Amino acid sequence: MKWRAAAGFALGAVVLFGVAPAVLSDFRLSLLAKYLCFALVAVGIGLAWGRGGLLTLGQGVFFGLGGYAMAMHLKLADAGEGNLPDFMELYGQLDALPWWWRPFANPVFALAATVLLPMLVALALGTLIFRRRVRGAYFAILSQALAAAMVILLIGQQGTTGGTNGLTDIEGFFGYDLDDPVNQRMVYFIIAACLLGLLALVRQLMHSRYGELLVAVRDSEERVRFLGYNPATVKLVAYVAAAGMAGLAGALFVPAVGIISPALIGIVPSIEFVIGVAIGGRATLLGPVLGAVAVAYAKTTLSERFPGAWIYLQGALFVIVIAVLPGGLASLARLLRRQPHGRLEHP
Amino acid sequence: MSTIRGRVAVLCAALAVALVLPGCGSKTGETTSTGVTIDVSGDTIKVGLLNSLSGTMAISEVTVRDAIVLAIEEINAAGGVLGKKIQPISEDGASDWPTFAEKAEKLIKENRVGAVFGCWTSASRKAVKPVFEENKSLLFYPVQYEGLEQSPYIFYTGATTNQQIVPGLDYLKAQGKKSVYLVGSDYVFPRTANKIIKAYAAANGMTVLGEDYAPLGSTEFGTIVNKVKAAKADAVFNTLNGDSNVAFFKEYKSAGLTAATMPVISVSIAEEEVKSIGTQYLAGQLTAWNYYQTTTGSANDKFVKAYKAKFGADKPTSDPMEAAYVSVYLWKAMVEKAKSFEVEKVKGASDGITFQAPEGLVTIDGATQHIHKTARIGKIGDDGLITEVWNSGGPVKPDPYLKAYPWASGLS
Repeated sequence: MKWRAAAGFALGAVVLFGVAPAVLSDFRLSLLAKYLCFALVAVGIGLAWGRGGLLTLGQGVFFGLGGYAMAMHLKLADAGEGNLPDFMELYGQLDALPWWWRPFANPVFALAATVLLPMLVALALGTLIFRRRVRGAYFAILSQALAAAMVILLIGQQGTTGGTNGLTDIEGFFGYDLDDPVNQRMVYFIIAACLLGLLALVRQLMHSRYGELLVAVRDSEERVRFLGYNPATVKLVAYVAAAGMAGLAGALFVPAVGIISPALIGIVPSIEFVIGVAIGGRATLLGPVLGAVAVAYAKTTLSERFPGAWIYLQGALFVIVIAVLPGGLASLARLLRRQPHGRLEHP
Repeated sequence: MSTIRGRVAVLCAALAVALVLPGCGSKTGETTSTGVTIDVSGDTIKVGLLNSLSGTMAISEVTVRDAIVLAIEEINAAGGVLGKKIQPISEDGASDWPTFAEKAEKLIKENRVGAVFGCWTSASRKAVKPVFEENKSLLFYPVQYEGLEQSPYIFYTGATTNQQIVPGLDYLKAQGKKSVYLVGSDYVFPRTANKIIKAYAAANGMTVLGEDYAPLGSTEFGTIVNKVKAAKADAVFNTLNGDSNVAFFKEYKSAGLTAATMPVISVSIAEEEVKSIGTQYLAGQLTAWNYYQTTTGSANDKFVKAYKAKFGADKPTSDPMEAAYVSVYLWKAMVEKAKSFEVEKVKGASDGITFQAPEGLVTIDGATQHIHKTARIGKIGDDGLITEVWNSGGPVKPDPYLKAYPWASGLS
């Protein structure tokens, strides 16, 4: 099992760093970079939902926090010392930068904020929710409401957040010109490296004592409580970790795609994240990654082939996969090997 | 232990590759982009059609796509452009701004199209603008918008503010309206339009009695309509978009407000929208555009007839559709004048190009890449069509930054 994991990572590295850049055009590689960002979010959802049973339908919020934190820094860097970002001059009619924008001029602060800010929000929210033993559908509804509220807030503050437009027209990434295909490639490599690193980390976590405890809480929370553990804390760790991963994904999405907008963080994209994970197989390590990439790839390909009807085809695809493969794409291999009693949790 | 070490080694190698490879990338400020070469091989020239074919904007944008297709078919039937037939490649923006950016990049880099026609919302235009600028490729944007923009790689064939909103306000002023109430959807166009309206009002002795925004797609208008009613304004300036208009006008009518007591002038309701909102709610209300299906002239008779023949007798034609239709002919004229599909040459040939459009004579202003258009105020009739009640007398020179208007000096 262990050598297989190592071989898997080696294979992943070869595909991401060797094969993909060699065979894909610049445009397709930048799309892959975008898919990998969604995969980063999916790894977190796999942990929180697949392992911890927390149906997080609001990951868009954390993705957005990370994305906006990064985009705010890049916009300030583009504008240069002492200048306002372009959209603020256009819509804001402000004399000076709002106070909450100022710290983001510092690259170290902004980078830290992309991950820590979503984690802090998740910590505050999670503490409240899990202490009060809110779970199941209530938890899912709450996380949806959060996504909706965040979108309304961003759209309403057009002068300082860019409103529906979001933050666009990002030119540089820490001094490197994003128009240059070489630098776009660099962004792709950074994202791929982050994904591999994160997968290694999450694998360790899943195989640790904490990982066992998380599954136990998912399967029988009361029993874990009677054993003397605090399920609230166990769930909180998974929720906060997933938020951090979504934040990192949002931050990397900005240089890869060049835009962050409320359209990417609301209810629909939040659900799309979860759909990817469900299709891939939520309880496995690689399932969410494969699912997220497959769904995003299908969306691009179907919409290019059938611009008028792709949305129906995508819906049909979801229905078929969920109906035929309830365990997701990750269970396909086991199904083919005809091992109906294979262990679900440790493929 | 060995597996962990192995994994660490792989990761280190991965990180090393990631850090070494980009060593040669250019820094910001160094201009490296030379743009993408257009595919001129073969006997066709490809163009991109970028519209929302799904999502909330599909109802409006599909008609724009149809109008572009009509223009392309007409041009192909007449021999094409520089001897090449136009081959349209349609992509779905899906009412989602990042998707617009992705599809724009695909059309430019993978299909190497000569030009792209489309986009509707300002947010989608803002999302694709950097893509067109970075790749030095052309976008023709066919919808009226909030002005204050001038990208070197976008041609704006819809109205800018001084060809729609300002004439609308002039009309209200001429009608003796002294106060207005502003209602709009919560996004860039209404907010920017209202900023301009407030500056105009301040300079022209009009009072703005209130300003309310509803989220895009919202159907809750009870409160807003009550506030409008209580304010007793002389007129309402409506910048709502999409479905919200249905709910707003239903509520407006049931509150007892009518076109006679408190007229509403709308800038986003054209023939297509009138049909979906329902004439019973809209009859007698005002609109500001540059074209109506009823606009007189042989060019429009021909356009309306061709459109209905192709897409159905019950399909109305509207201003954005007409602007999209015209944009294809303008691109053709530019290419023929430049005798080349090359973007820089096409741009260079743009100034002064004229076209006998369904809305009347239009001329490209090369400096702003907008077009001279006639402003028209219309009244919605019981039959769902809009008839002109006032026009600017001739094409108005585009002024996206409102430089010719002293009251607008603080806006940009």
